[in-house]
Amino acid sequence: MENHNSHSPSHDSHGSMKSYVIGFVLSIILTIIPIAIVMNDMLSKQLTIIVILIMAGLQFVVQLFFFMHLKDEAKPRYNTMALVFGLIILLTVVAGSIWIMSYNVVG
Amino acid sequence: MFQNLIDFLLNDFFITGDPLILGAQVSIGLSMVAVVFALTYFKKWRWLWTEWLTTVDHKRIGIMYIIASILMLFRGGVDALLMRVQLAVPQVEFLHADHYNAIFTTHGVIMILFMAMPLMFGLFNIVVPLQIGARDVAYPFLNSLSFWMFFFGAMLFNVSFVIGGSPDAGWLAYPPLSELSGSPGLGQDFYIWGIQISGIGSLATGINFVVTILKMRAPGMKLMKMPMFVWSVLSSCITIMFAFPILTVTLFLLFIDRYFGAHFFTLDGGGNPMMYINLIWMWGHPEVYIVILPAFGIFSEIVSAFSKKKLFGYKSMVFALMSISFFSFFTWAHHFFTMGSGANVNAFFAVTTMLIAIPTGVKVFNWLFTMFRGKLTFPTPMLWTIAFIPCFVVGGMTGVMLSVAPADFQFHNSYFLIAHFHQVLIGGVVFGYFAGLYYWWPKMFGFKLHEGLGKWAFWLWNIGFYVCFMPQYALGLMGMTRRFNEYNFDMGWQPLNVVSTVGAFIMGLAFLFQVWQIAHSIKFYKKEPTGDSWDGRTLEWSIPSPAPLYNFARVPVVDSEDAWWEEKQRLANGGKPKPLAPLEPIHMPKNSAIPFLISVSFFVMGFGFVWDWKWMIIPGAIGVAICMLARSFSYDTDYYIPVDEIERTEAALGGTK
Repeated sequence: MENHNSHSPSHDSHGSMKSYVIGFVLSIILTIIPIAIVMNDMLSKQLTIIVILIMAGLQFVVQLFFFMHLKDEAKPRYNTMALVFGLIILLTVVAGSIWIMSYNVVG
Repeated sequence: MFQNLIDFLLNDFFITGDPLILGAQVSIGLSMVAVVFALTYFKKWRWLWTEWLTTVDHKRIGIMYIIASILMLFRGGVDALLMRVQLAVPQVEFLHADHYNAIFTTHGVIMILFMAMPLMFGLFNIVVPLQIGARDVAYPFLNSLSFWMFFFGAMLFNVSFVIGGSPDAGWLAYPPLSELSGSPGLGQDFYIWGIQISGIGSLATGINFVVTILKMRAPGMKLMKMPMFVWSVLSSCITIMFAFPILTVTLFLLFIDRYFGAHFFTLDGGGNPMMYINLIWMWGHPEVYIVILPAFGIFSEIVSAFSKKKLFGYKSMVFALMSISFFSFFTWAHHFFTMGSGANVNAFFAVTTMLIAIPTGVKVFNWLFTMFRGKLTFPTPMLWTIAFIPCFVVGGMTGVMLSVAPADFQFHNSYFLIAHFHQVLIGGVVFGYFAGLYYWWPKMFGFKLHEGLGKWAFWLWNIGFYVCFMPQYALGLMGMTRRFNEYNFDMGWQPLNVVSTVGAFIMGLAFLFQVWQIAHSIKFYKKEPTGDSWDGRTLEWSIPSPAPLYNFARVPVVDSEDAWWEEKQRLANGGKPKPLAPLEPIHMPKNSAIPFLISVSFFVMGFGFVWDWKWMIIPGAIGVAICMLARSFSYDTDYYIPVDEIERTEAALGGTK
């Protein structure tokens, strides 16, 4: 408990009102774009999937920087390390699944 | 109306018509009455609530984890014995096929998720803060929440065998059998909700201990000076953090299939059941390393303590632990070589599987070299460690045999596989946690367990293990496959099956010896004279047993890997005791009822989802929301223990002034 002290002034930045609002607006925009495209059948199936994936990737970045404060982290950068490891696992999960499942297509 | 209710209770709600289950229902009912009566008679309700149910103390949470896991070991063990009785004689119906399916499913789920995991978390809780010189874990509230989520998840899973029906689609619930088309009953819903609720607890524990280890070490304890058990916990918890979300998502997709009629894993409508198998093993394989890595840490501590030597190859041990936790994410497909993913996929995963055996081999040599020319003693924790090494080496070797993809087409789903994973899970995980339990028992309760009875239990466990599982390797090669309840006389499998069943009952007897050992040691309670029961090496032995609420009156300063041992050596060589810093008020977390209440709400919600009763889902969900709100607005969560109270406690414990 010693190091977990809610009374002393924290050295971690918790962001400002402005950055939270920007992050909030950005993530709403990034959510509305794919919904609009899907609901109105605006693009071909292939293109729709690509747009959704790009928006999801951007959403991820917005969350990390505006809400998770990745760039304000003090050393040692455990969060960044965890993120890098997480991305490696994510890549393995996605690429590995595509590779394995390409042999296992159901009729 | 009333008649309808009775009909519902007898036909759908409670499982009826099986004498074994009726016996279980009666005994559960009787023991609940007995517990309620005892608590009321001895006026212990308030004590139970304030001292245990609402506690955030890591030592008490650890003890509750261990009690729960031993109860689950009993249940899983009874399942195992029932299966062995059924298999001892060909062509009998001791358990009919459906019941047998339910029993092997619950045996698997309970032993891994509700026995091994909580026993491991219990040891984490008790040992890690004491070994790193901390007052508690990083998030004590979250720690309590983790325990109660696990507990109520486990309860939700366990009620299924008396209410509604057990899951019976195997411990990993492969679709399409686990889909609504294959399992229209409620068992599979109990499975999903029980595991999901307890999974939240596991994930939270993983995060909690990573933060605790990274942020709350005593001054001077650099990462490379941590005790090896702490390293093993770190590697295990990192694996939990990345593996458990995969399980949650996979089971959630299965839930959407079952509840909303989606088609992720169905055979029609564009679904693909093989995707489930691919996803679940991305969690399932790291999971086996999650449970074995802490056992490696325990063995490292014990080997070093009872050889009176520094652990051999500290750096290589750390490297081995961390590389296992990394590589464990790259081997999952070896669980389904036979699914038909082509030669390239199988070759890749066969190689990664063989690679991961290398760091494990490194560890075995490190333990052997630690013992080499050490001053060895053999109390029960060391016995389990000695027994583990050959057992795990053989289990590991058969694992490498299974990793050879072409050969696996022969071994797959046979009793050879069953024997292999029981050998690594019992010989590695169970022996490891038993070793840890015997080793840290005096630290938890302030008395040692009776050595003589412990040795009986040890030998019975070991003999029973080999008698039970060695024949199963042979049975596997003779063609006996897993998961069927009957075989014909002319298969020639009976003799070895009888041997195997005898072995299982020897292990059951060994468990009874352990229960007797605990009861005997409580009855003839002999308080440990010091906090250092085994002449230990790490910080947990520098404080009284059991540890006071705040663990360390003064935060220790560490300058070497075996801090307490080095300090004792220094004093023995005529070194002066270090000057004591003045006591300061200690900042501690307050107890909270919210973790218990939120988990009860989750239980209610999960139970409602299983039966699809909106009138139960909604209040449960509201309960969860209210608890979260209440927690968000509660600011009074900590307090300080004043110096004079610390002085009084320390004086009563005979500690230094």
